[in-house]
Amino acid sequence: MAMIEMNNVSKWYGAFQVLAECNTQVEKGEVIVVCGPSGSGKSTLIKCVNGLEPFQQGEIRVNGTSVGDPKTDLPKLRAHVGMVFQHFELFPHMSITENLAIAQIKVLGRGKDEAKDRGLKLLDRVGLRAHADKFPGQLSGGQQQRVAIARALAMDPICMLFDEPTSALDPEMINEVLDVMVELAQEGMTMMVVTHEMGFARKVAHRVIFMDQGRIVEDDKKDAFFGSPRSERAQQFLSKILHH
Amino acid sequence: MLNLDFTFLTPQILSSYVLKGFVFSLQLTLVAMLGGIALGTVLALMRLSGRAWLALPAAAYVNTMRSIPLVMVILWFFLLIPLITGRPLGAEMSAIITFTLFEAAYYSEIMRAGIQSIPKGQVAAGYALGMSYGQTMGLIVLPQAFRNMLPVLLTQTIILFQDTSLVYAIGAYDLLKGFEVAGKNFNRPVETYLVAAVLYFAISFSLSMLVRKLQQRIAIIR
Repeated sequence: MAMIEMNNVSKWYGAFQVLAECNTQVEKGEVIVVCGPSGSGKSTLIKCVNGLEPFQQGEIRVNGTSVGDPKTDLPKLRAHVGMVFQHFELFPHMSITENLAIAQIKVLGRGKDEAKDRGLKLLDRVGLRAHADKFPGQLSGGQQQRVAIARALAMDPICMLFDEPTSALDPEMINEVLDVMVELAQEGMTMMVVTHEMGFARKVAHRVIFMDQGRIVEDDKKDAFFGSPRSERAQQFLSKILHH
Repeated sequence: MLNLDFTFLTPQILSSYVLKGFVFSLQLTLVAMLGGIALGTVLALMRLSGRAWLALPAAAYVNTMRSIPLVMVILWFFLLIPLITGRPLGAEMSAIITFTLFEAAYYSEIMRAGIQSIPKGQVAAGYALGMSYGQTMGLIVLPQAFRNMLPVLLTQTIILFQDTSLVYAIGAYDLLKGFEVAGKNFNRPVETYLVAAVLYFAISFSLSMLVRKLQQRIAIIR
């Protein structure tokens, strides 16, 4: 059974179709990079996976659970699907330690000490242990995003979704975030990553999905995608972002 | 020329005539503030719920309350409740309930603005961590909205404190009433109304200064 399975997913905003019959699956341990021009629906697609965005047609299953089924306990499903956002979305009124602990305590029912320990371990892992008592506003963008990754990991996710995790960062901070993600990928985490960082894709992705106008235009093994994309649209896109 | 004489206003007279009313005015302000913010927050969440059956009644309530002069709401509530329930509530209890219900409409507009000022991504982050709607609101959105809106909420409370003097309409014994009664008994109404005005000014003005300080501190934290 695939970790994430999408069958004919379509979504409309009013009359405008943002997703059109999207099909793909992500196996356990697989790293998928989703790319495409802005407005192509890639962020919408990834937000459908944990039900942050509703969709009108088709089916998405995460670890066998149907996301669109009204009977599905969405909070329970989301608790084990980590998500990292473009703008970090740390909680500004809580310290870093509290940011890491709050959902462990309130959602998973862990004890305060256990949650704090787990949070500190993960902070250590992303190299930010020294900042545990600070507030998000006191950290740089790259540091905030690493905390956000640690926050998601603290929930012991079965897979991770990344929605353009580096596109709001200053160039010199992109690598510190990518390094954490590469490490995560190499440890076997199942990841679906919306990004334009083709270096990251080359390094750790198993497959690359290319989207355009709400459709999945290419869904290929990494080497095939970078070697000879089949669609003209993907060729154009690649030539633009690889040679600038 | 005015011939003013304040000598009769000894601490003893003040405490026997005014203290009781002063305590009630503070009580009324405090209860209406806490109750009004609580009810106002619920109303704000209803209006922002995106569900017509919640949003429309809340909007109707807020708009109605904000379109009627407070003194009329005080009067009507005081006169109507005994007709409906068959027994009088008493002026003080009636005032407390009326002010809570009335102020909730104003606090709700403040809280609505506060909630809307929180980026949507914060809600998404709460949900993505597996939080329920209640947890996302209670732990993530409302604390931030409340913090951002604290100066405005307190400013509204200062207005509320001044408005409590309107309970004269139903004869409740508040701060102003205390001075009024003392003024009548000693035949010195000008003096007592003057002192009352100075007291209202002193309290409201110093609270305003406090809010301004708070505003600066919040601005620094942000």
